[in-house]
Amino acid sequence: MSDFEPVLTRNIGKENSHTLAVYREGGGYRAFESVLNDHTPEDVVNLVKDSKLRGRGGAGFPCGLKWSFLPPDREMTYMCVNADESEPGTFKDRILMELDPHQIIEGIAIGCYATRAETAYVYIRYEYPSAFRNLQRAIDEAYDAGYLGQHIQGKEFSLDIYLHQGAGAYICGEETGLIESLEGKRAWPRIKPPFPAVQGAFQKPTVVNNIETLCCVPHIVDRGSEWFQSMGVPADPDNPRDLGSYGPKLYCISGHVVRPGCYELPLGITCRELIDQHGGKIWKGRRAKAAVPGGISMGLLREDEFDTPLDFSSLQQKGCLGLGTAAVIAIDEQTSIIDVLYNSCRFFAHESCGQCTPCREGTSWSQRILERIKNGQGRLQDLDLLLEISSSIGIMPGTTICGLADGAAWPIKNAVNKFREEFESYIRQTNPENCEKTGARPSVPVSLSIETRH
Amino acid sequence: MATIFVNDTTIEIGDDEKLNCIQAADRAGVKIPFYCWHPGLSVVASCRMCLIETGTQDDEGSTQMVPKLVPACQTPAKHGTVIRTDSEKVKANQQFVQECLLVDHPIDCPICDQAGECWLQDYYFDYGHETRRADIQPFSSRRKDIGNHVSLFVDRCIMCSRCVRFTREISGSAELAVIQRGHHSEIDVVDGQTCDNKLSGNVVDICPVGALCSKDNLYQQRAWFLKSHSSICTSCSSGCSIVADENKQTIYRLRPRYNPNANDWWMCDIGRHGFKYVHDNDRLLHASCKDNGSQKRLDPEEIVPVLRETIAAVLEKHDASYFVAMFSPFLTCEEAFLLAKAIKNFSSEIRFALGPSPVDGEDETFANGFTIHSERAPNRCGVTEILKHFDAHFLSFETLLSDLQQDKCKTLFVTGGYPKSWWTTDLCEHFEKSETLIYHDIFDCSATKKAHLTIPGVTFAEKEGSYVNHALLFQTTDRIIRPRGECRGEGQLFWELLQRTGLYSASQVREELATEITFFSDIADSVPESGVFLGEKRPLNTRTKQDSLPGSISQPIPDPRRPDPRTVTG
Repeated sequence: MSDFEPVLTRNIGKENSHTLAVYREGGGYRAFESVLNDHTPEDVVNLVKDSKLRGRGGAGFPCGLKWSFLPPDREMTYMCVNADESEPGTFKDRILMELDPHQIIEGIAIGCYATRAETAYVYIRYEYPSAFRNLQRAIDEAYDAGYLGQHIQGKEFSLDIYLHQGAGAYICGEETGLIESLEGKRAWPRIKPPFPAVQGAFQKPTVVNNIETLCCVPHIVDRGSEWFQSMGVPADPDNPRDLGSYGPKLYCISGHVVRPGCYELPLGITCRELIDQHGGKIWKGRRAKAAVPGGISMGLLREDEFDTPLDFSSLQQKGCLGLGTAAVIAIDEQTSIIDVLYNSCRFFAHESCGQCTPCREGTSWSQRILERIKNGQGRLQDLDLLLEISSSIGIMPGTTICGLADGAAWPIKNAVNKFREEFESYIRQTNPENCEKTGARPSVPVSLSIETRH
Repeated sequence: MATIFVNDTTIEIGDDEKLNCIQAADRAGVKIPFYCWHPGLSVVASCRMCLIETGTQDDEGSTQMVPKLVPACQTPAKHGTVIRTDSEKVKANQQFVQECLLVDHPIDCPICDQAGECWLQDYYFDYGHETRRADIQPFSSRRKDIGNHVSLFVDRCIMCSRCVRFTREISGSAELAVIQRGHHSEIDVVDGQTCDNKLSGNVVDICPVGALCSKDNLYQQRAWFLKSHSSICTSCSSGCSIVADENKQTIYRLRPRYNPNANDWWMCDIGRHGFKYVHDNDRLLHASCKDNGSQKRLDPEEIVPVLRETIAAVLEKHDASYFVAMFSPFLTCEEAFLLAKAIKNFSSEIRFALGPSPVDGEDETFANGFTIHSERAPNRCGVTEILKHFDAHFLSFETLLSDLQQDKCKTLFVTGGYPKSWWTTDLCEHFEKSETLIYHDIFDCSATKKAHLTIPGVTFAEKEGSYVNHALLFQTTDRIIRPRGECRGEGQLFWELLQRTGLYSASQVREELATEITFFSDIADSVPESGVFLGEKRPLNTRTKQDSLPGSISQPIPDPRRPDPRTVTG
């Protein structure tokens, strides 16, 4: 991997990398100008489709396909840029926003040109004040330099970018929750259909893209889709549903490693390589116990599964939800997995929007079960109950509107399934007398429930 | 016709029918449980109780199922839609949702007003787990005062958000909102407002659990003691269809009854709480007549003979045109018809007048088109049509007053039914001008002291009959309670005045009405629960707007519960 030349982070490390001057020196806005002069919007959509660029926000939906879902006869389109990066362990968009905001603006501009959107809203999370400042400064610079505004470069295309600061809710990162919040409402994800491409922000066709996804677009325009596909893992020819994992990716490493940080690498690097070669191994000379492969909602990898490539398809084979945001959190051998899971459950119980019953109650119920286990009152049957709750909530079984509950469920599934022995021994040790008890009690007299059934 | 496959049965629905899977399954006799969906409100699909397995079957018979569960409320039933409600997956979800809702629910049914008609209770028996696995012992009944008529028991709430949507979509006042997040979410009023819009009582009706309770009858009755009777609200000319719940001859509450022709699913607070006068202690309960300057109490059976004598006496004394009978807009069509016939039997010269319709402010229309009419009388249109038939030149109330002033009216027969407050001293003074006053109403007023004959009337709750609302919708109502004291229904009184024997029968009178007066000819056949439009048919303005609401379907709400043995019809 030593011959990999950084793409998204190529300017990072330069002095004043956030300024227009430095960005232009490195060939900035060349792609946007060429798009304006030589390409139709359809060309750009097809180019991005050909590149097989998949969304970097978590779900990995093909970006070009998303753009082509917009109704062809639409009168107007909105672009929403998801900079509400709240997945625990993830800080890739922050690096881009703080250190290379013009790359984002160029990506947005090309994306808007391709989708014929003349208004873009960047929904940025509240906890990123310096990213907010840098991005706003860059937007102002871009307006002054004529890259934004009315009739850009004398062409028909006009674009306004608005920066919108959220109020610190995880659910605003869900695309329809983001749209609701942008509209000034409670961030309750919408029921689909209609999808945002048909009826999104302010009831108009809307595309929602992640910051990193849009940052890839100028490079694809500049260097072509074949170059883009030279990086990453090709699609498995035997699996028609595998769309491949191409391009560069920002991997975030945090947790118990020596050198936590954000590293740009081609897709498909293994978890072990990432931790050992880039993260500087597990700290304090310890061994790893587990790692979160892509943000806490994606589940857990056991140490013996570290050779799994971190791409869009391999992680699912290990029982994880997916690549997510490619934010790896390393967990060393001395960490209790019960604490890890409790932390995860507490997070999701706190962040559940409360709209769908299974997620609202399921997340808080599992948090309280784990709290009880942690406090030494666990019972062995709690593990099965946790598994049942986790398999009953989420958009995968169809019981919730959005994917937050899946994110809550996967750490539970992975932790309990992959570390069941640790859970059991913890429960046996801390609650030796009652761990075998069933704890279930009839809530209505049996006779009553029989009598009234007719 | 569109073919829908529900479990093992097949049903056909019309092409223009917009049904969701809950309604389509209901047609096939399959109940799908739900909390958050309400046919009059937008679809949020958030309770997740109605999840079903669905798919499509093409004309060759091959079926393609959707791999996930989908909410039935949000899924339209189209040609070839397959609905499966009996699979293990569906049942497991119903159990899980039910269990989740009860994790934090304070199971305070013994002190909850909703107990007995609570969806959470009913569904628990039909879809719930037998045992409780949640190791959480919630018990609190935190109560929030959110309005003059509504009280919120925070912890009982299951967050279906029906009430929030109601205040946004129907009343348009938007006082209610969800605060907090996740399982801390609760309903609250927005920034110091109170839930006091004129439709606020409906949030209690649509709340599937005991979270929103009416302060009006809080802790007064257990639901299972109440007997329900269908009736019509008489508080304004809208003629909302209602259900009145009564126990031991006391009415405890009125609730709206679905009627697409009149009120949809709603009613206003004025009507909802406007029945109190039925149980007022100042009701006129005995008949009396003037006897040598003092008032003599009459037995019920003496009323009709004395009334006949009185009328005969004044007709001998004065010309019949000095006799005016005032028909109150609170009379039912049957009563007005019988009275008009009876009076004309004495003399065809006797003049008729239409009583005053109380007016309060102006018509008030809400966000979705529901209207509270300023005319606070139920049957002006019906009485007018009957008067027109018998006396083409019947007097308006203003003409009657001026006739009284000019001494052109020596005998006045007043019929009433007015709630107390409408009688002003000013009006009473006018009535005192008549030489002979026959006063028939439910409340005493200063004129009764001068009245030659006072007859107690009964309220809408104590009689059966029919009303014609502002849009000429003819609706019938049942008797809710027995007449109080020695009161007898106007129907029976006028029936006997017409020298008929036996008991007054509203349906028999309706038949006569249909044959004798062309305006009423459409009621010859049985009148459906939603009424019959008479004259030029005018559709309700709410309909068009309702249809354009995303996902809302103008169908009666299928009752998810078992048949209610309390419902008394007919």
